[in-house]
Amino acid sequence: MRPEFTSPSSSSSSSADRRLNALVRHLATASMVSQTAVAFSPTSGFHGDSVFSHVVRAPEDPILGVTVAYNKDPSPVKLNLGVGAYRTEEGKPLVLNVVRKAEQMLLNDKSRVKEYLPIVGIAEFNKLSAKLIFGADSPAIRENRVTTVQCLSGTGSLRVGAEFLARHYHQKTIYIPQPTWGNHPKVFTLAGLSVKTYRYYDPTTRGMNFQGLLEDLGSAPSGSIVLLHACAHNPTGVDPTLQQWEQIRQLMRSKALLPFFDSAYQGFASGNLDEDAQSIRMFVADGGECFVAQSYAKNMGLYGERVGALSVVCRAADVASKVESQLKLVIRPMFSNPPIHGASIVATILKDSNMFNEWTIELKAMADRIISMRKQLFDALRARGTPGDWSHIIKQIGMFTFTGLNSKQVEFMTREYHIYMTSDGRISMAGLSSKTVPHLADAIHAAVTRMS
Amino acid sequence: MASTLLSLASATPSASLSFHEINKGKLNLGCINKEKPNPFIKAKSFGRVSMVVASNVSHFEGITMAPPDPILGVSEAFKADDHELKLNLGVGAYRTEELQPYVLDVVKKVNKLLLEKGENLEYLPIEGLAAFNKVTAELLFGADNPVIKQQRVATVQGLSGTGSLRLAAALIERYFPGAKVLISSPTWGNHKNIFNDARVPWSEYRYYDPKTVGLDFEGMIADIKAAPEGSFILLHGCAHNPTGIDPTPEQWGVIADVIQEKNHIPFFDIAYQGFASGSLDTDAASVRMFVARGMEVIAAQSYSKNLGLYAERIGAINVVCSSPEAAARVKSQLKRIARPMYSNPPVHGARIVANIVGDSALFKEWNAEMEMMAGRIKNVRHKLFDSLSSKDKSGKDWSFVLKQIGMFSFTGLNKAQCDNMTNKWHVYMTKDGRISLAGLSLAKCEYLADAIIDSYHNVS
Repeated sequence: MRPEFTSPSSSSSSSADRRLNALVRHLATASMVSQTAVAFSPTSGFHGDSVFSHVVRAPEDPILGVTVAYNKDPSPVKLNLGVGAYRTEEGKPLVLNVVRKAEQMLLNDKSRVKEYLPIVGIAEFNKLSAKLIFGADSPAIRENRVTTVQCLSGTGSLRVGAEFLARHYHQKTIYIPQPTWGNHPKVFTLAGLSVKTYRYYDPTTRGMNFQGLLEDLGSAPSGSIVLLHACAHNPTGVDPTLQQWEQIRQLMRSKALLPFFDSAYQGFASGNLDEDAQSIRMFVADGGECFVAQSYAKNMGLYGERVGALSVVCRAADVASKVESQLKLVIRPMFSNPPIHGASIVATILKDSNMFNEWTIELKAMADRIISMRKQLFDALRARGTPGDWSHIIKQIGMFTFTGLNSKQVEFMTREYHIYMTSDGRISMAGLSSKTVPHLADAIHAAVTRMS
Repeated sequence: MASTLLSLASATPSASLSFHEINKGKLNLGCINKEKPNPFIKAKSFGRVSMVVASNVSHFEGITMAPPDPILGVSEAFKADDHELKLNLGVGAYRTEELQPYVLDVVKKVNKLLLEKGENLEYLPIEGLAAFNKVTAELLFGADNPVIKQQRVATVQGLSGTGSLRLAAALIERYFPGAKVLISSPTWGNHKNIFNDARVPWSEYRYYDPKTVGLDFEGMIADIKAAPEGSFILLHGCAHNPTGIDPTPEQWGVIADVIQEKNHIPFFDIAYQGFASGSLDTDAASVRMFVARGMEVIAAQSYSKNLGLYAERIGAINVVCSSPEAAARVKSQLKRIARPMYSNPPVHGARIVANIVGDSALFKEWNAEMEMMAGRIKNVRHKLFDSLSSKDKSGKDWSFVLKQIGMFSFTGLNKAQCDNMTNKWHVYMTKDGRISLAGLSLAKCEYLADAIIDSYHNVS
């Protein structure tokens, strides 16, 4: 009766189609109304077409959909290497001891209430987050040139920053690395920016395509926004060296390109918080401006609490203050003010030196376990004589390894070995254990030798 | 001069900082400008180290200072005032008689319980906590409602009321391009911001009649009738914000008739279920009436007020569809909107609600606390009415204070009069004349009555 919109790529009907639909709806129900003095009894079904008939079913999110598929699999040897959430050696999610401690402290504090936070969130949390990423002695902080607003983890921080830029910045194009986290493009396009890519990963070396990066950023229009993964690039695990970072910085500053850092793994990559913030601090040190999206999902294990912060480093304090006031106008119609629980936990930990130290120890333990998994997988593949150079497994850093496997091989591994991973060949090392490394190595070996 | 320096800068060999210096982390580039920073100097040389520094002008130089939020900014102004008689009747957050924030006992219980349970903090699915989504739909529509049994409701956990409204607005923008949302005049101040940012056009329907300080029902019906077919009509399920004026059940029936006639889509904002009358079911009657007629309905819920979970940001967007299949499709598209906004919602508040609503003992306790909160507000209304009536000798009819329902009262004061309330009496309220009775104590009713009477009669 009504045309169904089956094209999967179109996400909205044209206004002409909508008018047509409205007409059809009108005609359909008009005829019904003339037939009956409509008796709408509570038990009767709906009379007439749904106004949502043209809404097509969206495909499952490619990253989160991996876990959905994994959960459906009954195999006892199944392995979830999809989403980047840390797992212990026993394959269990981990809540940090220091987080439990902080939760208990918050519970014991009888003066705590659940009143609305300010639009920008918890002031103490914001200050501590800025100190964490920029360094306590950062001149940008001392000079009040940083505005920090609490947002919903990394995604939320990126989105708020992007919405702000789409409204207030003269350049509406953001350059993102090829490849990048699957959710990045939509975060930016829905915020109103247009997305271009710059070369980043070299599949032949499984390392950086640095020349390509310099060329692409070098030819970007002056003032363009550039997304940079602060450390532990997702999905490749390939990071620039410090020397390369310095070259990137110089190039970007000479072209007035605006850096937008995504920092989701501070402390998780190397095990050291300061080391993982070096790239950002290098940029801030030259006095220039940048955006930084921080997430506490991984490094504090606060995934579901959605804790993060957006910092904007400005040239001057009064600019920072004006930027903050405009960020509030983005936030208020999106969610009014941020959630209190996770940010309170973070603030509790960051401001107490003992708890902070405890945290760094637990953080290093997580990072070390991942590094150990890398070594074990590398050794296992070498022991099997799996064809190819697998040294990228130990060269890459952070939670993920870009294996270099293609989508056919990935499909094979899922089908035959019940290994769940994203189709771009990315595996989450955090989902591996000493017990499961052999199974994964077998799967990779089989995929490489039997499928190309 | 700047341009000469610019070319000087680019000509300066941009020798990279020595690798050694960077690695040692001893580089303190903040020391460079020992004197007052000179904006026209682009490059500095220190021996063999020179850097390309960033542009001397901010990318954001032209940004203007945004005004404070008209509602949330009131609390900020209140905090800055140190007058001893100051009164905060701005934001709608419940206060005890002692004017203290209130964490419900049942919430405290569950907070403790959750820590004891020691559940993990993994990502929720994009649509939120399943247990929460189940109980929130049941709470709103009634657990035995056919739409729930038939799985015709798409429910997605959202960031309280605001976030849930925003998801729905984005769905409208994407799937009903050009469709308008009609909002009441007046309405909650943030509604228009939400639709503006979501790029959904909106217009107003008449609602508040200043002459009667009541509902302009004929105007409302006429405006809804006049709207283009297939418009979305934003309705406050109960305890209209800011006026406190709700349609009667009969009026709701007529509103539903007109909406059906014009093939409009009803879009409920339910932020006060249980808070208006003290009964969760009574306050859901309007939504349930529309659903019972077989209409497709959008409904945004918030637990900020009724469970006092303001800062936890817990709510939901519900879309009642004509078939379970449509509901599944709509839910999938709501997820597609949430993922690039914040990926998945916060778990803590959802667990609190799921534990309370899902446990019959805790649920009963909640009902009792809610009756208490709604009861306190009713008492305050009575006291304020009595104070106004006895102090004001003009014969003005103050009964609207009693007739209005929920947290707010629309006083009918204009902006100048509101300014007088704040400047002379240190009473903080929104400039549309709205006062939050949740922030009023019995002890302060007389003072407030004096302020209102003075502002009403002596200021124009």
